[in-house]
Parts: sequence; structure tokens; C-alpha cells
Amino acid sequence: MSILAALPVRVDNPAPYFRRQTVWFGILIFVSFCLAQRTAWPWLLTYPKAWILPAAPAVNGIFDWLVPLLTPPCAVISSMLGAALDACGFALRWMPWPATLAFFAVLGWRAQSWRLALFTAVALGYIVLAGYWQQGMNTLSMVTLAVPLAVTLGFLLGVGAHTSRHVRSVTLVALDLLQTVPAFAFLIPLLLLFGFGPIAGLVACVAYAIPPMVHCTMLGLARVPVSLLEVGGMAGCTRWQRFWHVVLPTARQQILTGVNQTTMASFSMVIMAAIIGGFNDVGWEVLDAMRKADFGHSLLSGLVIAVLAMVVDRITRGFAQPRHGSARQTRHDAVRVAAFLAVPVVGGALLHVAPASMARIDTLQGVVDPNALNTFVLDLVRAFSAPLDSLKVFVLYHFMLPLRIGLAAAVTPFTWGFAWTPQVSAFYAATTLVLAAWLTVNGRWGAGIVVLLGAALLLFGFNGFPWPAFIAVTAGLAWSVGGGRLAVPVTIGTSFVVTAGLYEPLGQSLYLCVLAVLICTFSGGLIGIAAAKSDRFSALLRPCCDTLQTMPQFIFLIPALMFFQVGELTGLIAIALYAIVPPIRYVEYGIKSVPADLVETSRQIGCTAWQRLIHVEFPVAKPEIVLGVNQTIMAALSMLPVAALVGTKDLGQQVYIGLSKADAGLGLVAGLSIAIVAMISDRIMRATVSRAGNSLD
Amino acid sequence: MMNPVDGTGFSRESTAEVVTKLRCRNIWKIYGQRPDKALATALGGSEPPLTLKRRLEETGHFLALADVSFDVQQGEIFVVMGLSGSGKSTLVRCLSRLVEPTSGEVWLGGENLLAASERRMVEVRRKVMGMVFQNFGLLPHLDVLDNVAFPLRMQGMPPADRTAKARDMIELVGLRGRENSMPLELSGGQQQRVGIARSLAVDPELWFLDEPFSALDPLIRRQMQDEFLRLQQLLQKTIVFITHDIQEAFRLADRIAIMREGRIIQIGRPADILLTPVDAYVASFTEEVSLAKVVTAGSVMAKLPGNWDASRGHEVDAATPIEMLLPRSLAGTQTFVITREGEGPVGLLTSEIIAKVLANDTAQRVVR
Repeated sequence: MSILAALPVRVDNPAPYFRRQTVWFGILIFVSFCLAQRTAWPWLLTYPKAWILPAAPAVNGIFDWLVPLLTPPCAVISSMLGAALDACGFALRWMPWPATLAFFAVLGWRAQSWRLALFTAVALGYIVLAGYWQQGMNTLSMVTLAVPLAVTLGFLLGVGAHTSRHVRSVTLVALDLLQTVPAFAFLIPLLLLFGFGPIAGLVACVAYAIPPMVHCTMLGLARVPVSLLEVGGMAGCTRWQRFWHVVLPTARQQILTGVNQTTMASFSMVIMAAIIGGFNDVGWEVLDAMRKADFGHSLLSGLVIAVLAMVVDRITRGFAQPRHGSARQTRHDAVRVAAFLAVPVVGGALLHVAPASMARIDTLQGVVDPNALNTFVLDLVRAFSAPLDSLKVFVLYHFMLPLRIGLAAAVTPFTWGFAWTPQVSAFYAATTLVLAAWLTVNGRWGAGIVVLLGAALLLFGFNGFPWPAFIAVTAGLAWSVGGGRLAVPVTIGTSFVVTAGLYEPLGQSLYLCVLAVLICTFSGGLIGIAAAKSDRFSALLRPCCDTLQTMPQFIFLIPALMFFQVGELTGLIAIALYAIVPPIRYVEYGIKSVPADLVETSRQIGCTAWQRLIHVEFPVAKPEIVLGVNQTIMAALSMLPVAALVGTKDLGQQVYIGLSKADAGLGLVAGLSIAIVAMISDRIMRATVSRAGNSLD
Repeated sequence: MMNPVDGTGFSRESTAEVVTKLRCRNIWKIYGQRPDKALATALGGSEPPLTLKRRLEETGHFLALADVSFDVQQGEIFVVMGLSGSGKSTLVRCLSRLVEPTSGEVWLGGENLLAASERRMVEVRRKVMGMVFQNFGLLPHLDVLDNVAFPLRMQGMPPADRTAKARDMIELVGLRGRENSMPLELSGGQQQRVGIARSLAVDPELWFLDEPFSALDPLIRRQMQDEFLRLQQLLQKTIVFITHDIQEAFRLADRIAIMREGRIIQIGRPADILLTPVDAYVASFTEEVSLAKVVTAGSVMAKLPGNWDASRGHEVDAATPIEMLLPRSLAGTQTFVITREGEGPVGLLTSEIIAKVLANDTAQRVVR
């Protein structure tokens, strides 16, 4: 998502004060009108089928025309990649596991320290014991093939974008799309082109892993100080010499960070590609186990993914660390490392000479018994089933239902203990109006409008909110923070989603996302504040956050599924688990970067810690906090299709349906809708931040 | 007003033959969408500098250098001084075409560098020019030796030769023993010594220094200035030295050019600038500098009368600052005989003149 941050936000001067008031007043009247007419005109709630623009059939038409054209070149690529994949997989499987384990341990040692070597050995040892060595190596062979491809392509694109303005503008748009369209959605066209199987997965992997590399390359090149470029110029470098001897070495750090991120992205995608792969890898094992509700196996294989991700991340990150040493030393080191690495390879080859010892070694594979684990997990879930169930019911009735179908429908004697009578309705309306009026009188009419609209949304739910009102409110929001330049594309975007006939799943998506984002912002924010205030807690937290961020999205489904079975709550929990890191990070960072003199001043004035937090630290850290929320929204949206696996009914589910039916139109349009929602919220959030920044100047 | 191109007419305090090394004529640099058009506007009108600048800003152009002309003599330390944003760094970059000027001429011998091809410029930068940068500009991935050898490597010099040459340079700047340190392991002063060694590695005729000591602590800065003077004594380069520090300018310069808003407003020897500032701006600039320290006996002496009897008076070298003469003057010496190496007596300096210079100095301060 960091690409988004690199793009310039174009913001007109925000609309003038009085005009804004009038427009919002108009929107309020329009929304109340729509709400009043919702029973009389049912088309306000369900977008009529007859009005749906044939976006999906159009996409399908394009693909019907395109696929036959592209099939021959794709077949060539496919056979080439297939051969490479086979070779890579064969090599990794041929190596006896102790040899591979030693190989990676040496890599870890060179990348960082003997501690990482130990960690690597233990982690890979676990994979052996759990019996997923073959599958693990298959996954790894995909990554080994995808990463060099993605790194090369991404690097070249990054350099191109850095040098040419035209390449840059195209690349940035493409990156934006690649990062916001859910990965599942672009699996579909690849499926059509390459067919079911590992090759489509591999191509998806490469495509998904390119953006971080492009981004980091561009960032690294752009960050080379002008003074160093001038040094190159004065030393009489030609353009090529300057690039090779000055620019590249200076940008090396950032580019290597890109390699790390690319590796993690391709890793995450390999796991997801299992859905179309059906190929003997770890992702497939997890998926299979999850479908069979075999928790023991899903936990074991999920852990395999987790430890593989951690090992790969730590090793690549270790190599990306800045090195203190001259070129000569580095060359010397490289020779030594190569010598060390040769030892396990030769050892592995020798093992093949003695089949008896090979067989003995292989008996170690799979000694961990998932059945015991399975019973343990099932017992655990059973033991806590009563509290878990009541928690589930509580959350469902008190948080999820009201947001989905509205308080008016969700509040019944059965769920809340009382009925939604006209009296309650009147009381609700009166409270809302009084609150809004009070805010308006106090000069905060904006907050008043938020209260009114929020109350209406809560009363009728995302499902009961008329689509014209939805379009109007988003357009108004965009206009208020970013002027006409933002409002027009936002309106086009929302209209596209609605006219594609996806308003209902959109509502479902929004309700899941809003809830997940609220949960994450609140709890993540609290954790972030605690981390900002306590260095010890922060140090404790950091590896946890790192680990959560390196996990492929798939993993988050497992614990949620284990305790809450299939359903929206499980999806919600998985989304929240995945999206909780950004608020923690950004809140901590924001509060920590409040200038020390401001903190001192507030203490001198006599603020309590609480007052300081509310009146000094929050306002100053607001841009970071908003960016954190923005990242949370992005993460939540990208998790939607994954959460669809556990039975949500949102846009992600549409993507998933498109995928399983190989319906490119449906899948892509739904995927694009998620991307549109992501881009809209991103632009609005960032316009808010830049406006806040301006008003401070 | 004096001729801004050659100031008071370059006359160093020795009468060695004066050779112009670098001639700059009418350099303009305008940033923006259509610099050529903006330049045409600027050349077309004859409005005062400030209005021109403001008018160009209205069309989104920034006037960085306006009609800058000056000469630099062989072996001279030519200091360009101005506040930040006055265009001095842009100026030095225009000389080597790190920044492409909008128009003008830079003559190095018989060649106009601004008309040279990019290929030729690479050649010139490799062989003729060396530059020291404010923030040292050391390549973080190379050790001291490789940093110093870097320009030689770009020229394609074989490793053994360039290592030997780089070692000489490191020795010259007093960093022997630190050849294999990485830049980040060095202090600021040491880093800039590496920068100096690197800029000298190709044995350049022209030596550009862009605020080389501004990033250093005052004490280190002073040391580095001495070091710089020592090197120049040894190497006799033709130097363009950029600084915003008036003390530094007066300490090092043979001549000083003062810049403001992209223009050179005065060029002259330090003493000329102190004694006859062209305007209040220059005067205000120089008020921090003590006249007695900068003005040399030779620059304020009177003519030797025709009937001069060579046996009278104390002999003093022309390069002596008058501050050094104060004790003797206060003790009663009325007349000093000014001599130059190889020329004998060239002028007279009376206590009266010294008193006038000092009075001028205090008068300036009292007025403000």
C-alpha cells in the first residue's frame, strides 16, 4: 500500500465554509427524502436488475476475444516456466533435508548471526517433524523461481520509471491497480490464460510481487542525494558510470529492502495461488485441511507457512542490512560464504550414495501426530464453547446485526431484551437531534452532520441505506475535503460499483470493513499508546507486529475458524487480526515523534498525562494516526476475498465466486469494485491529512 | 561605481605576471517552465533587479543568476560570498556545468565551456576541474582510499597507479593510516580532508570549493582554513571558493565577489570592499570584520616621495595587516616604509593614515 503514499494527492482548495454548509444541508435533505421513500420506492434499496450496466459481460466479451489470441504465447511461457519449476522443485526435493537445512542455516548465519542460524534450523526442523517437507520444498521452489523474475522485472521497471516521466505515469497507475485489486481477482484472467495449475499461480506470484520492488527501486533512486550525483559529475563520470558506481551503490539499501518485500509478497501469493493450483504445496495442504475442518492438520500446515515466512523474511532482511566494510572485504566474504554453502550441498550429494542412511533420516519426517493435536484443539474449543458461543451471539446481536440490517430490525425482545417500539424510535430521534443541534450551536456543524448521518446509518443499517443517498454522501465527503477534483472521480467510482449491480455486496463489504476498522483502530490505538509510553512494552511488541505482518493472509483464517466456525464473525476476526498492525505502528510512531519540546512545554504548563495525550499528542500526531487508519482500511479491504473463504457475503465473495466459476467478468468487476472502494477511501483520507497539514502552516 | 568585472583592477601585492585563467561573461540562470522566454523578457527590459526578479516569479520562474561576469586569475583565491539563496552555489555549478546555465559564456583559455559538448565536458571535469562539496559528498560504500581514487577510476587509470596517486593525496591532507576507514567512521573534519584529497587527485588546474567548511565546528573550521592555505601555498591552484562566512572570505581571499539576489554587486580585494563598499548592503555585511586585521599596509600606503632618503623609517612588508603595526605606532613610530619582496621600498605609511583607517572602522559601527 505504500505506493499510494508516494502518489501526489491533488487537492483543490477546500470548498468555502458557507457553500459547504449549504451543500451538506442539501445532502441531508436528500438522504432523509430517500430514507422516507424507501418503502414506497423499493428500487432505492435494491438496485433494479434492468438498470445494471453490462460491465461483467463486456469484460467476458473482451476475454473471449483476447484469450485465443494470447493462448499460443502463453503456452510457450507456460512450458518454459513449467520446465524451470520442475527443475527447481526436483533439485530441492532431491537434496536430503539435513543438507537443505544446513544450507539455510549457513545462509542465516551469514545474513545475521548464529542466532538466526539456530532459528532457521529449528524452524526447518519443525517442518520435517510435522511431515510437510515435500510440500514446503514445492512452495519454496515456486518462490525461488518467482522472486528473481519479479526482482528483475521490478528493478527494470523502477529504473525506467525513474528515468522517464512517461514510463513513470503509466507505472504508477498500474502499481496502484495491482496493489488495490485483490490478488484473487487477477488470478482469474491468469486462470483463463494458463489454466488451472501451478503455472498460473507462479505468474500471479510474479505479478503480485513486482510492485514492492518497483516502488523500492524508485524510492532508492530518488533518494540518492543530489550532492552525490554532483560528485559523480565532477569526477567525470559518464551517465552509465554514474549510474553504476554512484547511484546504484547508494540506493543499494533500499533496493535490497525491495527484494525482501518482494520475496514476502510472492510468498504470500504462493499460498493463495493454491486455490487455483491444486498442487502439492503447503497452501494446498492448509486449504484442504480447512475444508475438511481438520484443525490439527490446518494448524500444523499453517505453522509451516508461518515459520517458512519468518525464515525467508529474516534471511532476506539480514542480507539487506547495511554492511560496514569496503568492496574488497565484501568480495572476500562472498567467496567464503560460497565455500561454506558448498559443504552442505556436497554432503547432500554424498548422502545419496548411501541409501540406507537416507532412509533412516527420512523416518524423522512427520513424527508429529496431528490427531493428538486435533483432539486437543477440539477439546479446547469444546471446553470454551459456552463462553465462546455467548461471545459470538453478543457480538453478532449488538455490533454486527445493527450495522448490517439496522437497529430498527436488529433490536427485538429476543436479541436486546426489548422491542423497537415507536417510543424508542422517537427517543432515538430526539437524542440524535438534540446532540446534533448542540454540536451545531457550539460551532461544530460538521460533527453535527456526522452524528445525524451516523444515526441514520445505524438505524437502517448498510443493507437499508438507499444507494442514491450513499453516492451523495460519499461525493459530499470527497468534495468537502478535496474539492471538485476529488469529488468527480469518487462519484464516478461509486456509480460504477452501483451500476454494475454490486450495491448489495458493497454494503456487506462496507459493514464488515467498518466494523473491522473500528475494532482495529480502537484496540490497536490503545496498544500503540501503551507502546509509545513504555519502551519495554514497545520492544516486546515489535517482533509480534513484524511476525503478523509477514504472515500470508491465509493464516489468519485458521484460529478464527477454529473457535468460531464458518460465518461472518470468523471473517471479521480474520480481517481484524490482519489489519491490526498499522494502527499500532502509526499511533506509536505518531506519539513518539511529537517534538520533545512540546511535551516539555505541556508538562511545564501542568498537563496531566491524560490531558497531554488528548490536547497535545493526539492533535500533533493526527496526520500519522489518520494514515494508520488509512492503512487499516486498505488491509481490511485486501483481506475481504480471503475472508470470503469462510462464508461472508461481500464483494470478496463475488470475486471468489468468479474465481470458482472461471467467470472473469464477475470476478474482475467485483475485484475492481474493491479497488475502487480502497482508492476512494485512500484519497479521501489523504486529502484530509493534507488539509490538516495546510491548516497548521 | 567601479567596474564589476575586474574590481579595482586585479593587482596582487606582488607584481608577478597576471594571467587570466577563467573568464565568465553574462551568465544567466533562470529556473522554470520556459527559461528562454523568461530570459528574453529579462534582456528586453531595463528594470531594476528586484522588480525583474518579482516579475519573473509571477510567471513561475526563479531568477538564480543574473548577468554574472568576472575573471579569475591564475593562482588566485577568488572567493564568492553571499547569503543563502544569493546564487553562489548555482554559480560555481554553472562553471562546471553541473547546472546548465540559461545563457552566457565561460572561457577556459580559448574554449567556451558552455558551447562544449557533453563528452568534452566529461573530459574537462576529469582532467581540469576538482570540486569540494559542502556535505563532503563521500560515497558511503567506498573506503577512504577508494573514495580518493574514484575520479581516477572513472578515467580508467589502472588500479596500481590510482592507488599510488590516492595514497599520495591522503598523505598530503594528513590522513595517513586512515586509508581503509569507511567515511562514516571519520569525523567531519577528516571527511572533508578526504573530500579535498579526492578533488585534488586528478591534479586539476581549477579548484572549486563550495562552502567546504560550513558544516564543521568553528574550531575545526579554523584549522581547515589554515590547512587550505598551506595546500594552496604548495599547489598554486586557481581557486573559486564559495562561502557565506564573511570572516572566512576575508581570511582566505585574494579577491572577493559579493553576491545578492543572483547578481554580483561588488568585486574587489578585501581591503577595497571594507574601505569602499558600493552600498549599504555590502557595508552592513562587512561590519563584523575588523579593518585593522584585513587592511594591509600595502593597500593604504602613500606614494614614496621622489626625494626619499632610503635610510629613514621602519621597514615593513606590504602584506602586513595594519593591526600588526599598531603597537609600534602607539609607541611613537610616525612613519613606516613599505617594502615588497624583490622591489625594495614602494611606499610610505604614516600613523595618520593608520588612525584614519581605524576611525573609519569605528565610525561605521557608531552610525549603526
